[in-house]
Order: sequence, then structure tokens, then C-alpha cells
Amino acid sequence: MSIQTNSVEIGKSNKRKYLLEKISSKLFLICALLSVISLLLIIGFVFYKGSHPFIVEGYSFIDFIFGTDWVPSEDKFGIFPMIVASILATIGALIIGVPVGLFTAIFLAEIASKRLAKIISPAIQLLAGIPSVLYGVFGLAIIVPFLQNTFGLVKGQSLLAVILVLAIMMLPTIVTVAETAIRAVPNTYREGSLALGVSQIGTIFKVVVPAAKSGIMTAIVLGLGRAIGETMAVILVAGNSLIVPTSLTDSVRPLTTNIALEMGYAAGTHQEMLFATGIVLFSFILILNFVLAKISAKGGN
Amino acid sequence: MNILTKVKMGLLMLSLLAVLSACSSNGDSQTQASDGDGSTIAISGSTSVGPLAEKLAAKYTEQDNSNIEINQIGSSAGITNAINGVSEIGMSSRDLKEEEQASGLQEVVIAYDGIVVVTHPSNKVKNLSLEQVKQIFTGEVTNWKELGGDDLEIVVVSREDGSGSRDAFQEIVEYSSGELVKSSIIASGNGNIKTTVANNKHAVGFISFEYIDETISTIDIDGVKATAENVLAQKYRLSRPFLFVYKEGELTEAGQKFIDFILSEDGQLIAAEAGAIPVK
Repeated sequence: MSIQTNSVEIGKSNKRKYLLEKISSKLFLICALLSVISLLLIIGFVFYKGSHPFIVEGYSFIDFIFGTDWVPSEDKFGIFPMIVASILATIGALIIGVPVGLFTAIFLAEIASKRLAKIISPAIQLLAGIPSVLYGVFGLAIIVPFLQNTFGLVKGQSLLAVILVLAIMMLPTIVTVAETAIRAVPNTYREGSLALGVSQIGTIFKVVVPAAKSGIMTAIVLGLGRAIGETMAVILVAGNSLIVPTSLTDSVRPLTTNIALEMGYAAGTHQEMLFATGIVLFSFILILNFVLAKISAKGGN
Repeated sequence: MNILTKVKMGLLMLSLLAVLSACSSNGDSQTQASDGDGSTIAISGSTSVGPLAEKLAAKYTEQDNSNIEINQIGSSAGITNAINGVSEIGMSSRDLKEEEQASGLQEVVIAYDGIVVVTHPSNKVKNLSLEQVKQIFTGEVTNWKELGGDDLEIVVVSREDGSGSRDAFQEIVEYSSGELVKSSIIASGNGNIKTTVANNKHAVGFISFEYIDETISTIDIDGVKATAENVLAQKYRLSRPFLFVYKEGELTEAGQKFIDFILSEDGQLIAAEAGAIPVK
């Protein structure tokens, strides 16, 4: 009798334990699924809204991508100028941001004394934490008038201003990721190179940087993602004109600012076309992520 | 068992709380509706009407205990909110479109607004005809020299497509969005246009009367100065109505009282002080 009750009690306590285990693992699963569900919901919503004009209302997707006129009130939706603006702004930012970011990372990881690195590193981390709209305000108050006065432009809101702001914004991403990659290069590589009589700079560029290549590429792609998705800082310095930029001094409207600028006022087809703009932007980001995955896979090998 | 009961208790408590809060809020709103005290009127819409509505609300809430929440999100968004019931009242700085009217909206003109063409203070051009304004914004005239000013290229600053101010401006000046010069800077909001124009001696833009200050220079239209008197006398041609819109039959007592206040002598006086043009 007593044995029986005992076993029942043990069974009970075990049941309780199992139940707790089950509930916990379910809870964790739900938390883990939350981000996946959010992603699916966002993709689903953007694609549902954005594809509607092309599937139901008979707009041509080709005209949408390659059309140069964006006049929502006259039913003209062409985002070619914005695609060009987004691509040019991102490439421009890369041309300035990658060398500066990479050299900063090399300096921090290889050359700087520990004390100096302790000052510079937090500064760069802090740069990453500044809200992007503040970059925009800085750009509008400092960079735009500076460009206008220095180059005698009629307006400082330009592709060049966007590039400068984006280059500063992508620095922290590039520096931190590249620095980690460079630090991860085994010391034996450096020692071997130095022992063969190669100078420190020679060692860095011939041995360390090639060894950290995949990490550095990752840094660049992440910086690129930051640049192409940036909105609030860009909206203030871009000028948002609807022209296909032919020079650095033209004012531009990248894809992101088109959405942010007009969403507040948009209704009906206009709003759906802004979602379609989002799809194009999303495709860019997807391609970037794909490239990133390829790079890390190579790095693993 | 312990945990199950805990969970059950928790659920019970939650539902109890929910029921309680629902009850109390119900009770509150009933009492509020009866004496107009402490209730909230949600208003959203035009960034042009917004500053005026803020001032009216501040004065109104001094004497009445209700709460007025004003969101400046643009005319179209405000009208949409009024249709969907997200906001009780929508603010618009343009006339309602047909499809908007069809969804059962009532409109009240609370004041008139003047739009003024502005330039950098150093600009010598002080008077333009509507035709010349059109030529500037459609890119036919590209240098201030052609209008009697300095030899400077014109930089056009406009609002974004869909903005009530832009719609009103284009309607009065008679050009379409497609005709707007493509290289124009697009700024979101009156304040943004003012800042852009104030910092660029090439620039020309348009803003509401309320935003006029000494950082920018105003342009007369056909020799008529941009003043409230001239709008009321129907001499100044760049003007438009400020609307409050609400869904028919869904205006609360508090909302109606606020509108009555705006249309009263006191309310109209405040509108006049705020730089808008009273209805009467």
C-alpha cells in the first residue's frame, strides 16, 4: 500500500517536472518562432500590398522599374531614378567608407597602442549608436552648406552629400567587423612573416589582410546593407528630386526616402506602389544577404 | 498541479482585470459624455491646420476639462483616419476628393489660409504674377535675372506629392505635378521648406501664412501683399480653406462643442491671432 502511494507520488512529481519541461520548451520555441513569424508577416504584407497593382490593376512591372517619371497624382509610377540614386549613393559611400574603415580597423588591431585603441574603439562604437536622424541633421546643418559654399553649387542637397553622410554612417559597421576579423588572424602568421624580414606594413597587407579576407568582405557587405537601407539621414540631405542623377551635385531620391517621404500622404494605388518600391529595396537586401552567406561559406572552407 | 493552478489563477486574475477595466472605462466615458469633462478628442491631419488646431485646443482646454490630442500627419492621412474612425476629427487643408466625400464625411470650414511664395531675404524679386510663379515652378524661367533679380539660377523647393499645401498651390497656380520642374528639391513640411529657402539664396518655395517670419522674404502676387485682409477681400489669390472633417453621426458631444467653440467669436479671434484667416 505504502509502496504504491509512493510510486504514485513519484509519478506525480515526475509528471509535474515533465509538464514544466514541456511548457518551458514550448515557450522557448514560441519566442524563437516570433522573429520568423514577424519576418514572414512583413514579407507577406509588403509583397501582398506591393504586387497588387501589377497583378490586379494591370500596371506593368517593367514600366515600374524602368520608368523615369514618378507622378503619383497623374498615375505615373517609375522608380528608375530612385534605383540609380540608391545604387550610386551606396557605391559612392563604399568608395569613401571602405578604405577609411579598413585602415581604421588595421590601425586599431595592428598598429595602435592599447591605450590609444581604448580611446578610439569606444568612439567608433558610440558612432554606431547615434540615431540616424541626427546624422541627417548634422548633414543638413554642416555638410550641405559646406558643399554649397565650397563648390559654389546652387544647392548643397546632392548625391555627394548623401554619399558623405552614408560613408560616415557605415564606418562603425565596417571597423568593428573588420577589426574582429583581423584580430582573429593567428599570431604565428605575423611572426612567420616578420621572421622572414618583411616589414610591419608589408606583413599587414601581404599576410594579415589576405588571411582576414572573408571577414573583411563580410564587413563591407554589412556596411553596404546599412547604406542602402538608410532613410532618415538621407531624406534630409538628398534633396529628393526625381531626376536620374548624372553628376555628384544633382539632388537625388533613393528608394528608401521615396517611401518615407510619401507614405504619410499616399492612398490607394499610390500607397501600393510605395510598397512595391519596398519590394525592390527588399530584393536588394536579399541579394546582399545571399552574397554575405556565400562569403561566409567560403570563409568556412 | 501547483503550476496548473497558478496558471489558472493567473488567467482568472487577468480576465477579472480586463472585465474590471472595461467596466470602469465604460462608466467613465458615460459620465464624460454627459458633462463633457475629461473626455479625449482625437484629431489628426494636415500639418498646415495643425499649429492652428493646437492653439485652439490649448485655449479650449483652459475652460473645458476635455483632452485634445492632435497629430500632424498630413491631410490625406487625417481624412483616412476620420473615415476609419481612428481619429474623431480629421484636419484637411484641401477640399475633399469625391471618393472621400462618398464615404460619408461632413466638413466644416474653420478658417482660411493663405499660401505665400517665399525666397531668401537677399532676393530682390518682391512681386510676381501667378503666371510668373507658374513659369518658375514648371522650369520655364530658370534665372532670377529674367524676373528682375540678380543673375542667380533658380532652385525650386516644393512639397511632396499628396501634400495638401502642394495640391492647393498647384490648383491655384494651375500647373500639374507632372509639370513641376524635375530637379526641384522636395521637402516634407512647411518648416522644412522654410529652412531650405532661408539657407539658400537661389531658392524659392511656398508655405502657409503662419510660418512667415523674418528668415525668409515674401513675394506679392500681382502687387497684392500676402495678408489676411487681402485674402478676405478676395484680392490675394493664393488662398485655401482649412477643414475639420468627421464621419456623419459619429461626432461626440465633446467634439461638437470644440467645433462650436472654434466657430464662436473667441475661436475665430484665436484663428486670426494664429495667422489664419477667420471665416467671418
